[in-house]
Amino acid sequence: MSRTEIRVTGYGGQGVVLCAYIIGRANAVNAGNHSTMIQSFGPEARGSACSATLALSDEEILYPYIRRPDIFVAMSAEGYDKHRDELKPKGTLVYEKDLVPARLKKGQRSFGIPSTRIAEGLGRSLVQNIVMLGFFAAVSGLIPRDEVRKAVEDSVPTGTEELNLKAFDAGWSYFEEHYGAGAEGDAVAAATVVSPVA
Amino acid sequence: MKADPAGVLTGVHYLDGDFACGEGAMAAGCRFVAGYPITPSTEVVERISRRFPMMGGTFIQMEDELASMAAVVGAAWTGTKSMTVTSGPGFSLMMENIGLGAMMETPCVVVNVQRGGPSTGLPTMAGQADMMQARWGSHGDYEPIALSPRSPQEAFDFTIDAFNLAEQYRVPVFVMMDECVGHMTEKVVIPPAEEIEIVPRKLTEKPPGEYLPYQNNGNKVPEFARAGDGYRFHTTGLTHDERGYPEMSEECQEKNVSRLLEKIRGSADKITRFVENETDGADVVVLSYGITARVARMGIDLARKKGVKVGEIRLEVVWPFPEKRIRELSKKVKAFVVPEINYGQMVLEVERCAAGRAGAILVPHAGGGVHDPESISSAILGAVK
Repeated sequence: MSRTEIRVTGYGGQGVVLCAYIIGRANAVNAGNHSTMIQSFGPEARGSACSATLALSDEEILYPYIRRPDIFVAMSAEGYDKHRDELKPKGTLVYEKDLVPARLKKGQRSFGIPSTRIAEGLGRSLVQNIVMLGFFAAVSGLIPRDEVRKAVEDSVPTGTEELNLKAFDAGWSYFEEHYGAGAEGDAVAAATVVSPVA
Repeated sequence: MKADPAGVLTGVHYLDGDFACGEGAMAAGCRFVAGYPITPSTEVVERISRRFPMMGGTFIQMEDELASMAAVVGAAWTGTKSMTVTSGPGFSLMMENIGLGAMMETPCVVVNVQRGGPSTGLPTMAGQADMMQARWGSHGDYEPIALSPRSPQEAFDFTIDAFNLAEQYRVPVFVMMDECVGHMTEKVVIPPAEEIEIVPRKLTEKPPGEYLPYQNNGNKVPEFARAGDGYRFHTTGLTHDERGYPEMSEECQEKNVSRLLEKIRGSADKITRFVENETDGADVVVLSYGITARVARMGIDLARKKGVKVGEIRLEVVWPFPEKRIRELSKKVKAFVVPEINYGQMVLEVERCAAGRAGAILVPHAGGGVHDPESISSAILGAVK
């Protein structure tokens, strides 16, 4: 795995940091690679934009911060707006379809999921971040599925493992059903601007 | 002696530097922490206060940093391994009682998760501008020991080292972290308790009546008697004789202070610790510590690609400074390049030891982030021109 930079963003309370933490843990502790996670330490509060960054690599990570992410995971409109221009020209956008009015760009692969609605369907909107994590894991293919599932189990509060694993699997299945391996992502309209919000 | 398993969270973890530092303290046997939580160090005491009840430890949130350091010094005198945790503004307030700790020869650990300064500066962003404060912050002559970790793993390892050094030399030992390491999450391997070497307090075996609390025992480090063990003695910040009683004389001051200094200076070769790479035949040596050591390596790699012979010295123990090695190298290299997140602190030590034989080039950073590797490589290239 060459150095891969990721930014996860959303609003405070959505579990942005936990989502990034599990990605980092799966890659470093379970898959035997290296990952450095940094969470933003601004005046974030519940409801305002919040983000965490990750550098993943099979080599020692020297530079801890990210410059331009290869993958941008957006769970809220505010977070998306704040960071969308950082994404590399050939980067991958992973977004919450109902909450993020994504402006898809040519050259960037984009994958949307209604992760909040799926989480609500599982009975707890709180697990939206883990639905998104499952979707991210399937889209990126960076870390073997079982390693990420194990990291979910080891990171969520005791007693919620089953629900969270269900959420993870739901996100993963959404990718398989709506995109599938090798998918190019959402089509970019001629004007290169598409609002996925119906 | 081996670590007490109660404090050792054996396993492979994904932890930030602050949590790892807290785990290091608990693994080292720390059972008393007093502090006044401050960003970016707060997570250290969050971790400790959550886990301490499981191992019989005590955490007290004090009214301020003066009281925190006073409580740590007091607790250490009961024989308990003690620590406080702070950042720049709190470090300033602790200086008075750090000096008391040094004068009374109190083994304890002070963690400073450095942020940008001066004053309240940049609470949530990195700095390395307290390095000279760690050396000279409290008044009078004393010799501190300080370590600087560059990763959460080293935050764990070096905190254990800090406790061991504090016990060995009976001094306050500083763990000079920075916000970037404190708030970065990486893999941390915590070994089984039986693989962690711990230095216990060296308690006196002399009976009360024969014991002198400040007697030189050959290695300049006096033996310890815990408060409450039945020994009658006195300890004070005033210049004192071997009994610990104040004595206001030039002779006593000479004896007292020179022993305080000599117990560290005389063992400096044993205490200093650094990693040295490819300095043989190097034209330039980059000296760095803490988070900057990681970015410095990138700068070194960039310069090597352009054909420059660059060596690396990464300080693990920053105080005492490895004077001897820098003096030796200064006879062989053109210049030292010293990147640090401040406007020139450890570079002054390099300059002092190089004494004009080699250049000492600072790559400054005012704080709030880390260096661009390019700024370091261009300083290296500039040094060989």
